[in-house]
Amino acid sequence: MVEKAAAPRIPAVRRALLRAARALTTPLLPDDYIALLDPRWSTREATGTVVRARRETDEAVTLVVRPTHGWPGHRPGQYLRIGAEIDGIRHWRAYSITSDPEHPEGLVAVTVKEVEEGKMSPFFTRDCPPGTIVFLGAVEGEFALPQPLPPKALMISAGSGITPIFSMLRELERRDALQDVVHLHGTRTAEGFIFGGMLRDLAERHEGYRLHEQLSAQDGRLKTTHLDDLVPDWRERETFMSGPREMIDAFVEHWEGEGIADRLHTERFQPIIGDGSAEVGSGGTVRFRVTDKEATCESGVSILVGGEEAGATLPYGCRMGICHTCVGRLRVGRVRDLRSGEVHGEEGETIRTCVNAPEGHVEIEL
Amino acid sequence: MSTESGPSTSSIPDTQDDARPGVSRRGGDPTASNPLHRLTPEQIEEIGEAFQKIHDEVRADLGDRDATYIRSIIEFHRRLTALSRIVLMASRYPPAWLLGTTGLSVAKILENMEIGHNVLHGQWDWMNDPQIHSSTWDWDTASTAASWKHSHNYIHHTFTNIVGKDKDVGYEFMRIDPKQPWEPFFLLQPLLNVLVMVAFEWGVAIHDLDLEAIRKGKKDKRQLRDELKGIAGKAVRQIAKDYVLFPALSGKHWKKTLKANFTANIVRNVWANAIIFCGHFPDQAYTFTEEEVADETRGGWYVRQLIGAANIEGSDTFHLMSGNLSYQVEHHLFPDMPSSRYKEIAPKVKAVCEQYGLPYNTGPFLQQWLMVQRSILRLAFPGGQERPKPGAYVAPPEPPRERPTVPGVAGPVPAFP
Ligand code: FES
Repeated sequence: MVEKAAAPRIPAVRRALLRAARALTTPLLPDDYIALLDPRWSTREATGTVVRARRETDEAVTLVVRPTHGWPGHRPGQYLRIGAEIDGIRHWRAYSITSDPEHPEGLVAVTVKEVEEGKMSPFFTRDCPPGTIVFLGAVEGEFALPQPLPPKALMISAGSGITPIFSMLRELERRDALQDVVHLHGTRTAEGFIFGGMLRDLAERHEGYRLHEQLSAQDGRLKTTHLDDLVPDWRERETFMSGPREMIDAFVEHWEGEGIADRLHTERFQPIIGDGSAEVGSGGTVRFRVTDKEATCESGVSILVGGEEAGATLPYGCRMGICHTCVGRLRVGRVRDLRSGEVHGEEGETIRTCVNAPEGHVEIEL
Repeated sequence: MSTESGPSTSSIPDTQDDARPGVSRRGGDPTASNPLHRLTPEQIEEIGEAFQKIHDEVRADLGDRDATYIRSIIEFHRRLTALSRIVLMASRYPPAWLLGTTGLSVAKILENMEIGHNVLHGQWDWMNDPQIHSSTWDWDTASTAASWKHSHNYIHHTFTNIVGKDKDVGYEFMRIDPKQPWEPFFLLQPLLNVLVMVAFEWGVAIHDLDLEAIRKGKKDKRQLRDELKGIAGKAVRQIAKDYVLFPALSGKHWKKTLKANFTANIVRNVWANAIIFCGHFPDQAYTFTEEEVADETRGGWYVRQLIGAANIEGSDTFHLMSGNLSYQVEHHLFPDMPSSRYKEIAPKVKAVCEQYGLPYNTGPFLQQWLMVQRSILRLAFPGGQERPKPGAYVAPPEPPRERPTVPGVAGPVPAFP
């Protein structure tokens, strides 16, 4: 299987008509023919058109996209997988959504920081003129403001980790809930602070929002030791944090040490799996129906790894449950999600083999 | 592996080497032994590396040009299908009938050969486009994509031409290789052959079920039920579309449209059958026993693919309409390489053949097809022998240089300037 865009939202009548017309186009879909007239009329995948690219800093650009079909909505802090074609190959990356959930014109924006060796970020920041068609994945992510809003909040961000935090801050402002928010942001230089201008402005307008910029080029990086000085009451605050992995790890440890880990919400763009905390279950056997291979997975071993060890060539991408490249259709049995420990699976469901282990005997179409 | 002298191929038109210099070089040496046995293990490894290199070079070079190619073919197919269906609405007028039927036949052939077969091989998976991907593609034929990927991509392309393992050798109901033991059942073969041509898509669908396992009662009941359900599902949709809905849309003249659709399906079946049978069953292709390939290396696998397949010569349109399976040799060496690249790499494959004294099996369509038909007829009866195999590939001589006729002036001097 392959990474896909989300299914767009289509009115029920249109959907029913398309379904009926399939009888005439099988094995193709009516959409395949409709797309010959205008590719954007296809309802197979959620797409959007780039409206403009707004430069935030030397390295960061906010890409404003008009979705072709209705926008399903998002919560500030969540991210979007966005795909584009470069030299004949479709690539995907996830970026935080930085537009308002209820944008008056229905536009959606993500903010991209250029990674020099990257493939996608240079494309989005440089070669993506208005009119470019991009593919839109599902809105994902658990990192979002809780309901009800916390009375006292602490935001910690660094580098491009600012993007989800920025969305949250704007939401707080919109909902008039910036009563008591402290924001610590680590950035190499003041100029490289993405959304720096807007946030300084916000701090000026709102008493309740205090912004601290830690310029790592001169003052060193933001550390847990800074907390007592900068935010003496940090233990009492609901904390939201987004930044590089090492930084998050250090802060998580610190909060754990205080026994208040549940107060800290983090966004890692690289989820960690198999850290031993989830229940690993019984393991089991897998039969790959298409490849015609049998494999045995010890407890805690994913279907993908088990299959590969048994000599099957299986599709994979990220190997950690975000790209959906590795999915196959489950025919028999149930599987355990290695990240959450949860057992699930129904006949006909597509499952990600990289983060699921068999729970007993499993048959999968792959 | 060597044979006594077999019947001469000279009775088949176009088989004489000299008749087509430089195109199809059949050494015709009846004692040529299977090259697999003549090569040293080191040579086999070198050959493997040489082929791997060709593969990797193409892989690294894939990009926009290729993506544009497959998209334009797919688009062309869709436009042609839609147009033909529209034209067929006027099927009561004979020219419209003819035009629509031709268009639909061509579209169905393209859809099965250059698009379906190749997409399902994963040749376009690198594009990461979920709509042109082996995991999501379905084609306009009776067999389901999943079972075809198993029986074709896996069984046939792994155990190519190993008698007893590759079920494409005779598809379990034909004897097309003398290594297959004769049974009285095969007397029906000439008749079956015609049936298979006409109803090829159904043959392929049934083939996927693994008839032998069913016969021996070894097939898993639930799997069999699933697969039958899959075929039935596809069959119902196909039949409803071609034989109920589109005729119904033509109103009073439904019969004409029905005939048109029926014709297009038959044309596609006969064509697909011809191209596919020409890929492995002409005289030049080698078959293998399980013992011969017992401890095969990567290099050995490449050599087996090379000599087990046979190309068909033809124009670019011919290659397109055959799904580039006319480059069966290249396809078998690199089943997941985009078909549009086969023509490009053919010279490199030939160079490897020449360097190691290997045959490069090829021939014109009619010759290859007649050879296949002859084997099918002959092998319906007991006995039969391996046909003589071609010798090493020899590159055709360079075209003679034009010698300057006047010193200092390149090329011939025109008589009347
Ligand atoms: S989700 Fe990316 S490999 Fe499984």
